[in-house]
Amino acid sequence: MTMDPWTRRRFLRASGVAAGAAIAAGAGGIGLAELLRTGADAPADAPQTNKLVLVTLYGGNDGLNTVVPYTDPAYHSARPELAYAPEKVLHLDDTLGLNPTLPGLRRLWDEKQLAVVLGVGYPMPDRSHFRSMDIWQTASPQAAVPTGWVGRWLDGTKAAPEAAVSFEPVLPPVLAGETRAGACVGVGGLDLPPGVSVESVAALGEVAEGEPEMQARAAGTYRDLLRVERLVRGAEQHHAAGPGGAAEELPTTGPGSRSVLETQLALVASCVEAGVPTQVYSVSLDGFDTHAHALVGQESLLRRLDRALSAFLDRMARTEAGRRVTVVVYSEFGRRVRANASQGTDHGTAGPVFVLGPQVDGGFFGEQPSLTDLDDGDLKATVDFRDVFGAVLASVLHADPDRYLGAGYRSTPLPLFRTD
Amino acid sequence: MSDGTGLLLRRAGFGPTAAEIAAARQAGYAPTLAALVAPRGPDVGAASATVPDLGDDVYAGTRDLTYDEKVKLEALRTIQTEQLTQWWLSRMVVASHQCLEKLVFFWHGHWATSVKKVRSPQLMLKQHRALRNATDFRAMARSMVVDAALNLYLDGHLNVKAAPNENLARELFELFVLGHGQYTENDIKEAGRALTGWRFSLTRGASVFDPAAHDAGHKTILGRTERFTAHSLVELLLQREACPRFIASRLWFRYGSSTSPIPEPLREKMAQAFPVAMEMLRVLFSDEAFHATAGTLVKQPVEWFVGALRQLGLRPAALPAETRAAILRDLDNLGQLPFAPPNVGGWPAGGTWLTSAAAQVRLRLAGRIADHVSAPVRTPEELAYLLCVEKWTNRTYAVLRDSQDQRQLLILGLVSPEYLVS
Repeated sequence: MTMDPWTRRRFLRASGVAAGAAIAAGAGGIGLAELLRTGADAPADAPQTNKLVLVTLYGGNDGLNTVVPYTDPAYHSARPELAYAPEKVLHLDDTLGLNPTLPGLRRLWDEKQLAVVLGVGYPMPDRSHFRSMDIWQTASPQAAVPTGWVGRWLDGTKAAPEAAVSFEPVLPPVLAGETRAGACVGVGGLDLPPGVSVESVAALGEVAEGEPEMQARAAGTYRDLLRVERLVRGAEQHHAAGPGGAAEELPTTGPGSRSVLETQLALVASCVEAGVPTQVYSVSLDGFDTHAHALVGQESLLRRLDRALSAFLDRMARTEAGRRVTVVVYSEFGRRVRANASQGTDHGTAGPVFVLGPQVDGGFFGEQPSLTDLDDGDLKATVDFRDVFGAVLASVLHADPDRYLGAGYRSTPLPLFRTD
Repeated sequence: MSDGTGLLLRRAGFGPTAAEIAAARQAGYAPTLAALVAPRGPDVGAASATVPDLGDDVYAGTRDLTYDEKVKLEALRTIQTEQLTQWWLSRMVVASHQCLEKLVFFWHGHWATSVKKVRSPQLMLKQHRALRNATDFRAMARSMVVDAALNLYLDGHLNVKAAPNENLARELFELFVLGHGQYTENDIKEAGRALTGWRFSLTRGASVFDPAAHDAGHKTILGRTERFTAHSLVELLLQREACPRFIASRLWFRYGSSTSPIPEPLREKMAQAFPVAMEMLRVLFSDEAFHATAGTLVKQPVEWFVGALRQLGLRPAALPAETRAAILRDLDNLGQLPFAPPNVGGWPAGGTWLTSAAAQVRLRLAGRIADHVSAPVRTPEELAYLLCVEKWTNRTYAVLRDSQDQRQLLILGLVSPEYLVS
């Protein structure tokens, strides 16, 4: 194995130096290969840290048809055409079952690796996609704030730029801190137009004294782009020869493309296996805004989610590093109990949250909201989402939840994790 | 030397040419602004970009199609959608009435509707014409509430009396007319009922009203109880004080600053010019606060691309077909393709466009543009003049000065941090 001149220590120092600018860049991009490099150079006996993978389902997933109260007459009468027959759902207990498209999650449930948190929401629910997703990501239901709860954790721990990573071209609010931000990682190699040299692009990436903030951020994108390339050349060969052949699983999608959940999770898996020090990964699946003909649309999305999650956790189970991964799946709100006439549902409130992984103490948490005692047609939340994230902060990230979950909130972290 | 006209032209349109800036400086700020917001005569430039004749929707009059027949029709729709998108991009480049042209693009992002769900390019074109031809915001809102593409996008065509679908109602309040927080959940539910009964016909290429599917009962919306319909609902929303203020703040967000909120005095002045968007823009561009935003707004991908073509004297229609197709792919990868906003909230703004993933695509697209430039450009000064950049930083100046050839000079100028903000 050839040693790359960029040792992990040097990389971390370099990113430390670059950190100020990376912060200024906001969505500072670093590359997958660079991330993999940071892992490859780690000493074999370096302590492994827990990993958190946040899976955001954009559009408001219908919770009642995800975790189905199949014995509840109110469920069947409220959604005559949308309700699942009891024999169709994958029973979890005598009253609740998973959507038929979730056999992989059902298996993880049997293996005690799936925690289903019921009736998760927040006070005074907001049915706007945009505001509600902001609330979940910033953990601030009362007031709009510019930082996400992971971003504040990055601030608080003075984290390195690669501590939190998103594989999307645009930074999600959850990763935005005041002084730090998660990295947006491009997955393709550098492809400069003919005649344009790396040196000239690098020179454009220098920040000019006194230039406006946005202009400096624009410059930062070139610096980030090249930081990737600088490491790609050495790292690629290094990795192709390395154990596990992580490089073989690199996707071929170009930068800027919106990769599917499978691809995003495969990238996370590569990073985890390579020992990359990233602790929080943000991935997403879009398209849950199904107001009409919801059954077909939601089933196809849930099927993709199930396939992607179970394949990811199976792969993770194979390595020591992988066994330190916890996945949280959430959406900005659930749907109205009663179906609309377009065989869909309108924006609602509470919904289930899934927490998965080998460290999870599988089972139900919280309480299934009543389908008859409603708040103007909507479910009453029984669990505040901050108590889910609080557990994650405490048990996965070993952080004080109340420091990062928004001003004034005293969380009661749910016992979602095994203590042995 | 900056007298503000450069900023005005950059913000009001897609990207002024050197000749346009020179003429504007000669004329002075006020007359330039007056000409921008009230262009005289027909748009001579735009006349060279003729709307593609799409005919009727390919599904019009069809029934009981086989799978193979549907595949064929979908392929046709894809081709027509590309034609339509190419046409609009071309028109943005050649239009003389730049302020109007950019405003149409703004409205498209406001009443965001994506052909990826609507599928019918004919319905998208009909919506586009409605946005372009509306005399003011009131007229626009009246046509949009029953617009076939918007209704289809937000499931309005499935919203019937038996159990209303409130998707369109919610976005009408939150994103289109009043802004978040100006209504209750109950207002939305009741408004959903008012909007029942509208479907679309592909044969007629328009919305049709089905009285049997409409809920004609009383609804209580924003404290008023009436037998509200789509039309009377929109009238009610248009009367609210929040409406002009919301539209003012949306215009500010796009033309002034996407990071700092609109100053209250300016918002009130703009609200007084409501409902004529051009008048609201006149107020915005005349205000001190506007000039203080120089150098803070990130160019959106379409703005960057169209501006570059204008300044470099390129006409999209004259580019080879494969280049034009590649450009659409690049714009899609940059995250902004006309007729395909990512969601009903429209396109993001500000620093979110600035990622290393986008930097890579931008370099590639700049390369494609530079391949077709014939005008000679030799020095950083000539390039600054051509691209209407007021000043290179020392950093960029040094990079440009060291460029080996014209192509490299152009590419680096187009992707320079100075060129990415306005």
